[in-house]
Amino acid sequence: MAAMAPGGASSSEIYKGHAKRLLLPTWLVIGVFLLVPVALMATYSVLTKEFRGGVIWEFSLAAYDQFFLDRGLFGDEPPRIEWTYLTIFWRSIWQAGLATLLCLLIGFPTAWFIATRDARMRTVWLLIVTVPYWVNLLIRTVSMKFLIRDEGPLNAVLLWSGLIDQPLGLINTNLAVQLGLFYSYLPFMVLPIYAAVERYDFALSEAAADLYAGRWTTLRLVILPVVRPGLIAGCILVFVPSLGAFLAPDLLGGAKSFMIGSLIEEQFKGAAGNWPFGAAAAMILMSIVMVVLLVYARAQTREATA
Amino acid sequence: MTGTVINIDRVVKRFGTFTALHEVSLDIAENEFFTLLGPSGCGKTTLLRCIAGFEPVSGGQIRLHGEDIAPLPPFKRPVNTVFQHYALFPHMTVLENVMFGLQRLGWSVVDAEGRAKQALELVHLSQFLKRRPGQLSGGQQQRVALARALAPEPKVLLLDEPLSALDLKLRQAVRMELKQIQRETGIAFVFVTHDQEEALTMSDRIAVMSDGHVQQIGAPREIYEAPVNRFVADFIGETNLIEVPVLGIADGMAEVSLPGGRALRCPTPLNRAVGQGVLSLRPERIDLCPASEADLTVIATDQVYLGTDIQLKAQLAGGQEMTVRLQNAQATRLPERGAEVGLKLEAGAARLLSA
Ligand SMILES: Nc1ncnc2c1ncn2[C@@H]1O[C@H](COP(=O)(O)OP(=O)(O)O)[C@@H](O)[C@H]1O
Ligand SMILES: [Mg+2]
Repeated sequence: MAAMAPGGASSSEIYKGHAKRLLLPTWLVIGVFLLVPVALMATYSVLTKEFRGGVIWEFSLAAYDQFFLDRGLFGDEPPRIEWTYLTIFWRSIWQAGLATLLCLLIGFPTAWFIATRDARMRTVWLLIVTVPYWVNLLIRTVSMKFLIRDEGPLNAVLLWSGLIDQPLGLINTNLAVQLGLFYSYLPFMVLPIYAAVERYDFALSEAAADLYAGRWTTLRLVILPVVRPGLIAGCILVFVPSLGAFLAPDLLGGAKSFMIGSLIEEQFKGAAGNWPFGAAAAMILMSIVMVVLLVYARAQTREATA
Repeated sequence: MTGTVINIDRVVKRFGTFTALHEVSLDIAENEFFTLLGPSGCGKTTLLRCIAGFEPVSGGQIRLHGEDIAPLPPFKRPVNTVFQHYALFPHMTVLENVMFGLQRLGWSVVDAEGRAKQALELVHLSQFLKRRPGQLSGGQQQRVALARALAPEPKVLLLDEPLSALDLKLRQAVRMELKQIQRETGIAFVFVTHDQEEALTMSDRIAVMSDGHVQQIGAPREIYEAPVNRFVADFIGETNLIEVPVLGIADGMAEVSLPGGRALRCPTPLNRAVGQGVLSLRPERIDLCPASEADLTVIATDQVYLGTDIQLKAQLAGGQEMTVRLQNAQATRLPERGAEVGLKLEAGAARLLSA
């Protein structure tokens, strides 16, 4: 238990006081780089658009209206649900979810493999996994495009080996976007799972085997539940940026793979942009992410108090 | 005698070039409380892991009721383990932990729950069914681990230093309880410890190990009173080891020459005459006596008060240290520091071992 300091306050209270001051830089960063921009976005989303980009400081819900409601070409019909943007959102969620699943399926065995090497090889493997990420995301995504396009090395090798007789036509498909997202965010899945597996006590697996559980049963009933926090952290870290990604869908996907990130990006680019609409779309995206995180946090606290 | 459950036949275990077990052979009988005793690193855990199936043996065989179990993976061996650090499943309740093995064996939830509750009752833990392991004390966790391993009624229960993580008071209480549970269930226990007191108080038989070799197998009394070599004599209990010239050996008795010149007859496991031997003298079988009757003469150097006993430290003429244990009731006639003291060796005090 906490030892009592002579003054009567327990030492843990003293440390808590220190801890508050230690958090100051964090609060500063969160304030300046998160809260202020979000407030700015929220404000822009309820202003009136200026035709050449920018905003007019006049309150308006036009952006949200445009997002959710279809009032016909001339804006005079009774409002119906506008499906254009909801479809893009739905596609994004679906794409991000699939990318997350793909990262999980590849990331878990990878993390497991690394965490079960000896200490020196672990460092080497972690380096191998993270080194590609020293290169800028844009450049990596462009190289992916060069790799998988019809004239690229992937198709060349497959054609040469006789496995296919015409190019795969990967570029501008959802699959290409999947590959791009997977490649962009895999380490965000591997690293948290690695951290969880590294802390995993392998005596638990032995205990399970000792109690008549085969390998798959042990995986399902012991390993996965115990490393679950790492799995969930990895999924969040991949899902959230995938949802708002615009490089992979822009460069690798076609018109049919258009995602929220690109939609928002377009609103702030050039004369065709619509800042309030972009801001509104960003706010809606953020709300979705918040809901996902809140549901997760709820589940965690319920678990902890159960 | 009851039959043999586990027959360990010349088992060798190597880790790379290092040999952790050298042709270990021993039999464990049904209903037996069998202890593997030895210093840290002597291979106790390794032997247990070979029996459980976590380590393949490098040579020899382990038989369960006469059948080689080498082809069986751990989850097919009717053997359960109480792990040193318990290895309880942290995400399951106490009850779920104990039900785990039963459900893997195909028991229905209702039956498994009934049996699990019985097992938890046996270890006096019925009030914590819904808790998670993290919410229990070390002693309680140890009981959950025991109940979890007992519930499927294994042929053999393996326990790897299950008491080592508990504090002294609790450890002593749990010893007797563990022994009683073993008697009640009739399951053979293979109990690993480095604590000789634990081994002596709980076991039907003990195998003393060192450096991957079995040194001696026998009942506690046999191990203590008739150690076969210097290692066992030294490791089990306290002893004084003194090098002496051997005059002769016949029929399990040796004649040696004590420091100071007196001759002494004492038992020995040796059967061939050797020039030099080691005499093991148990400190509690040595008494003070007048110099004229003394087997050994020493100079008293120190006293340690132990409550029921008093430990007298002394030196032989050659400078060698000796320890004598005297009952506290006799404390009145304790010699002063530096005084010359006569020592009498009582029956069973001495045993000659090879040097
Ligand atoms: N997996 C392993 N790899 C290499 N050496 C090991 C391994 N497991 C145990 N050893 C060695 O085998 C010897 C016996 O270990 P162990 O059975 O754990 O001893 P004990 O349980 O008696 O303390 C030790 O020297 C230990 O270092
Ligand atoms: Mg051990």
